[in-house]
Amino acid sequence: MHAILLFLLVVGGTAALSWPLGQYLRWAMDPVSLSGPAGQFDRWFRAFGGRLAHGQQDWRQYCTALLACNVVMFAICFCILSLQPWLPLNPDGRGEIEGSLVFNTAASFTSNTNLQHYSGEVSMSHGSQLGALMWLQFVSAATGIAALTAMARGLAGRAAMGNFFVDLQRATFLVLLPMALLLACLLVLGGLPMTLQGAAQATTLEGLAQTIARGPVAAFVAIKQLGTNGGGFFGPNSTHPFENPGFSTNVGSTMAIVVIPMASVWMFGRIIGRTRHATVLFVVMMALLLAKLWPAMVCEAAPTAAFADLPIAADVGNLEGKELRFGAAAGPLWAVLTTCTSNGSVNCMHDSLNPLTGLMPMAGMWLNATFGGVGVGLINMFVYIVLAVFIAGMMVGRTPEYLGRRVEVREVKLAVLAMFAHALFILGGTAVFAGTPWGQGTLNNTGAHGFSEILYEFTSASANNGSGFEGLGDNTVPWNVATGLVMLLARYLPILLPLAIAGSLATKRATPPSPGTLGVDTVTFGVMLTATILFLGALTFFPAAALGPVAEHLQFVK
Amino acid sequence: MQSLVTSLRLAAITMFVCVGGYTTFVLAFAQGLTPDTANGSMVARPDGTIVGSRLLAQAFTQPRYFWPRPSAVGYHAAGAGGSNKSPTSADLTERAKATIATHAASPERPLPADLAAASGSGLDPHITEAAAVWQVERVATARGLSTQAVADLVQRHAFAPGGFFTAGRLINVLELNLALDRP
Repeated sequence: MHAILLFLLVVGGTAALSWPLGQYLRWAMDPVSLSGPAGQFDRWFRAFGGRLAHGQQDWRQYCTALLACNVVMFAICFCILSLQPWLPLNPDGRGEIEGSLVFNTAASFTSNTNLQHYSGEVSMSHGSQLGALMWLQFVSAATGIAALTAMARGLAGRAAMGNFFVDLQRATFLVLLPMALLLACLLVLGGLPMTLQGAAQATTLEGLAQTIARGPVAAFVAIKQLGTNGGGFFGPNSTHPFENPGFSTNVGSTMAIVVIPMASVWMFGRIIGRTRHATVLFVVMMALLLAKLWPAMVCEAAPTAAFADLPIAADVGNLEGKELRFGAAAGPLWAVLTTCTSNGSVNCMHDSLNPLTGLMPMAGMWLNATFGGVGVGLINMFVYIVLAVFIAGMMVGRTPEYLGRRVEVREVKLAVLAMFAHALFILGGTAVFAGTPWGQGTLNNTGAHGFSEILYEFTSASANNGSGFEGLGDNTVPWNVATGLVMLLARYLPILLPLAIAGSLATKRATPPSPGTLGVDTVTFGVMLTATILFLGALTFFPAAALGPVAEHLQFVK
Repeated sequence: MQSLVTSLRLAAITMFVCVGGYTTFVLAFAQGLTPDTANGSMVARPDGTIVGSRLLAQAFTQPRYFWPRPSAVGYHAAGAGGSNKSPTSADLTERAKATIATHAASPERPLPADLAAASGSGLDPHITEAAAVWQVERVATARGLSTQAVADLVQRHAFAPGGFFTAGRLINVLELNLALDRP
């Protein structure tokens, strides 16, 4: 009962909020007219950007600008982290960071993944957290929103996809910054610390010394949640009472995970001028969300199996790795939302979820298009759409088309490549690390769950998620290098390939719909798309799931 | 090349606004409006020494205090974390057996589950009302108080974190123990 109420509050409330926010996103990212404030902002952004921010870019120029900007972001983050001991805002005297960890962290935050092979309060100074990591939480998220806007323009039939340097500023200053300001202030009122002081020294009631790490947490957490970033200020992320001190901050943080990904769907619909198509996509994503949420909530209501024969009350669900103040259902709800989107923050320890509950976050990252990361979630969905219209076209023997433009060999090849890359990174990486000491030597759990830890890590890296089965001892050179490379490839391939498809579609002549056309705003299309996603996902990943969470579950069923 | 220069310009402007401006604004808002929580919700004795944070668990092992949930990191507030053990793990069973022994739980008087399960951060400041009630007798005996007096104190500290949206009530262990120590 309480679980359903919480679900309605969080998911229902966010879905309702996403509609007006989608309208705002359209205004901010792709203004219809440049009179009024939209035009004023536009002039400022072009002035800040200089010569290259004037004029329009085709998809190749847009991608070049995107990559150049991300290279600079990576380089700046890399420098700040490498020079940490000599930079300001380091009240607790944090030392040098090991080279492969610097690479992994810079790759992780540039790619909007926020996989963390370090613990914030142990390794990072306030200066690194704010100047390198929080900054990337803004601009990497903005990169995703910009890419989606460009893709939507292409699909709307415009050969010019806009200007990346302007779009990046629009997403940063008009979308993320005001929302983060609002959320940060609310979180401050909810009790989050926000200070530049170093750790406090306490003497407990029993006379022990306790060092209490703190810092500018509220500012960091707000953008961490909104930009589908997920990298926490503290090691245990939003389970930490300083990141998430109460029920209300938890509700606000949970909603912040998914509000921009949901609103992105409406923005997309408005830019391509097909709100009904966006509604179909929204419903498909919502159905996939529920398909993961429901089993997760049910499975997690079972008590911890390890306590089964012990004198421990079995009247509540699995509490290992959970905090009490959020309520019983908050853990699985957050776990599913954070992995459907590419957020990756956690409010309970995913390693300690019941085995089948732990399968749901993995499924979310395998599909990676249930609302998905800010901007990029819908870009991933576009890949599925291309494959769905292709399969549907084959079934009825007609040339497939999307939004009035023919989907041909080139587009399908690129889409398959994007799909294939995701599967290869996850399954290939898992195979290598499960078969060698690189992975075997770093496990916190044995047997099937150990395999799950490796599988989860590569899944999270490839989905640009950033959550983990955190028992894994992943701060080793092989893990840092392998996941760092996977995060970068899995970030840019699924942005560049779909942009190439959109660019290719934009140059084709629009054909009027015929009776044989699969209408994209119909129930049939929604069903076809859902089936494509589920079949492709299940065929690709079920064998791995069977070896990990399913095997573990079967070991313990009575 | 020109793209890289433009990117550097954007990096400078976004860093100035999103790191400098944004952080300063939130910092001023927090320190101006809620300085207590903004600095970590510290609890101090009258002489100014800090006892801990209201938001964070700390170790309690003496029978005269209520005990918090187990912590995988020994209540280390500068290196928090959970056990990350699978709920099917044999290690978890072993740890639970030790916890049961510490609390002297028995099949007739089973331990409330939150006292056996380690929290995600290792710093969960709360226990359930049932877990507090479960410890009343030990605390009352150790302090030479009536169980009724201690049970009343527990009731006064119980609160529902999410009101309508959560089942059951919680107790902040540090605040309850501070109240016990108050003459």
